[in-house]
Amino acid sequence: MTQLKQQVNQNEYILEVENVKKYFPIKKGVFSKQVRAVKAVDDVSFQMRKGETLGIVGESGCGKSTMARLIIRLLEATDGVIKLEGKDLTTLSKEEMRSTRRDIQMVFQDPYASLNPRWTVERTLLEPMRVYNIGTRSERKERVIDLLNKVGLDSSYAKRHPHEFSGGQRQRIGIARALVLNPKLIIADEPVSALDISVQAQVINLMQDLQEQYNLTYMFITHDLSVCEHISDRVAVMYLGKIVELAKKDQLFSNPLHPYTLALISAAPEVNSPVKKERIVLKGDVPSPAKPPKGCAFHTRCPSCMDICKVEAPTLNEKEPGQFVACHLYQ
Amino acid sequence: MNSNILEVNKLKTTFFSRKTPFNAVDEISFHVAKGETLGIVGESGCGKSVTSLSIMGLVKPPGKVSGDEIKYNGINLLELSKREMRKLRGNEISMIFQEPMTSLNPVYNVGDQIGESLKVHKNLKGKERKEKVVDLLKQVGIPRAEEIYYNYPHQLSGGMRQRIMIAIAMACDPKLIIADEPTTALDVTIQAQILELMKELQAKKGMSMILITHDLGVVSEVCDRLVVMYAGKIVETGAVKDVLSSPSHPYTKGLLASLPKKGHKEKRLNYIPGQVPAPINWGKGCRFSDRCPYVMSKCHTDIPLLTKVKDGQESACWLTVEEGRRAPNDTIEATS
Repeated sequence: MTQLKQQVNQNEYILEVENVKKYFPIKKGVFSKQVRAVKAVDDVSFQMRKGETLGIVGESGCGKSTMARLIIRLLEATDGVIKLEGKDLTTLSKEEMRSTRRDIQMVFQDPYASLNPRWTVERTLLEPMRVYNIGTRSERKERVIDLLNKVGLDSSYAKRHPHEFSGGQRQRIGIARALVLNPKLIIADEPVSALDISVQAQVINLMQDLQEQYNLTYMFITHDLSVCEHISDRVAVMYLGKIVELAKKDQLFSNPLHPYTLALISAAPEVNSPVKKERIVLKGDVPSPAKPPKGCAFHTRCPSCMDICKVEAPTLNEKEPGQFVACHLYQ
Repeated sequence: MNSNILEVNKLKTTFFSRKTPFNAVDEISFHVAKGETLGIVGESGCGKSVTSLSIMGLVKPPGKVSGDEIKYNGINLLELSKREMRKLRGNEISMIFQEPMTSLNPVYNVGDQIGESLKVHKNLKGKERKEKVVDLLKQVGIPRAEEIYYNYPHQLSGGMRQRIMIAIAMACDPKLIIADEPTTALDVTIQAQILELMKELQAKKGMSMILITHDLGVVSEVCDRLVVMYAGKIVETGAVKDVLSSPSHPYTKGLLASLPKKGHKEKRLNYIPGQVPAPINWGKGCRFSDRCPYVMSKCHTDIPLLTKVKDGQESACWLTVEEGRRAPNDTIEATS
């Protein structure tokens, strides 16, 4: 696995996100005049290499799901460039996007809501191939059986409906559906958050096995730091629409730089932590993205806030090799 | 003098909704000592929420609570009339629910909702009641309490709403609080605030607490003792530090091994194969038997009872009952 990654040219990115913004307008009055905007994603840039897993962590409302939707273009970006293997997705026509979308697939959080309850598993898995006109009928059916086996389900399950499955099994079907078209990038939006611990471990293992087998690239969105640490190669921490820290997993968890990352790591309750750690409890709530604070968005809750933080927003700079942080402490 | 505020003996809650009635909670017994926090953990469907509703007398038909007794301060709650139960509920025993948005009333301001139990139980009126409510809001760490008093739930954030829920539960200075997944819907940094607040208030008022959760991390930080449930039964109980550092039941072991660990480099996670059986498939024997790596023939036919492993720690496993030992120490192997 690691060997494979090294073989790939270091500069060859599968996904490049440059200065992407998504503002949702807030309209008021008779003429729907735009009064403000919710800056759900505000000037975010990152790259992903083939075969890697980028974890995106952050609290609710930080823009992580919006980011996913922008990449797959379920939402149109207000500004910025999203490139898949060098091709700019934001300028494609709807028709072109539809044919490109087969390269990016998504696994959703809630396996109960994201499968059609009236369709059999077989139909759910056949649909993408039918849409893209892949293979003959019998080839498609073979592929369904093959995929079911790959995700650890019995091939006899093909004729069943979603309600006949448990949460973990449904998530396996969701993963199989994402794999049908051999995508280049899989975006998994909280894929294990709705599952019980023992089942969660099964699904994470499955995702890692499949990644190894097919050299898949994952963008793994989660709010659970321990899951993120387990599965990711690199991690981006988001707060109020911006990336505040982006680093290799080991760097981020052993030496977090941004005060928010620090607080997030210390806030996660741990089983049997060997040392009773000094917990940083952040004051207050996450501010509304419609009215983000001036300067650094985190300054209202930051334990090491300085004067400059209240006026000027910090930029994302490389502090250590491979570790980027947006904080005035390190500028 | 009895030091236990709550004693539950062979509690059984049956639901008659299917052709064959099933016991969501099946003859479980535990106690809560004064001033202690008991954690009840388990995966979805193991009966932990039904346990709390049974104690509160909130199980609705087709559910029915039977069992020997639920003793609160020496009073058997199962023998109380509806009216007597109403006097206790919200006054001496109160509850904090998981989803503060659905458990708060959207059309009343939060001040009135907190004041309601003061009106009913303490007969406080007018200015006196308002003062007490504002004081409660301050105690749960709400800024600008006089203003927030007139706010409606939708105007508040998730963390604030959960603070309101806590204020409601605390209003009459209850002796026992049952918190059902109080922080599950919250973000980690907010969860840390709420847990901190609950610990602080509990220490200050000397309340007892039952904390129901699926998060072993939360249990490890907040609770004194722990009850692990699986498929309607208690499989292990003991002091938190004993159970989490040296679990005895194979299920507890597997659960702990499934957690992704900080700083560990292993590529694969351990997991428990299979899934929680549906109540109709519970069978006669140990309900964990079809997922257990140490299963013996006896496990399929007879249910093991809770048996002492060491002082205060009990496990319901034939390994313990028959041979007086814990499940072997090699954690459940990762098999694919």
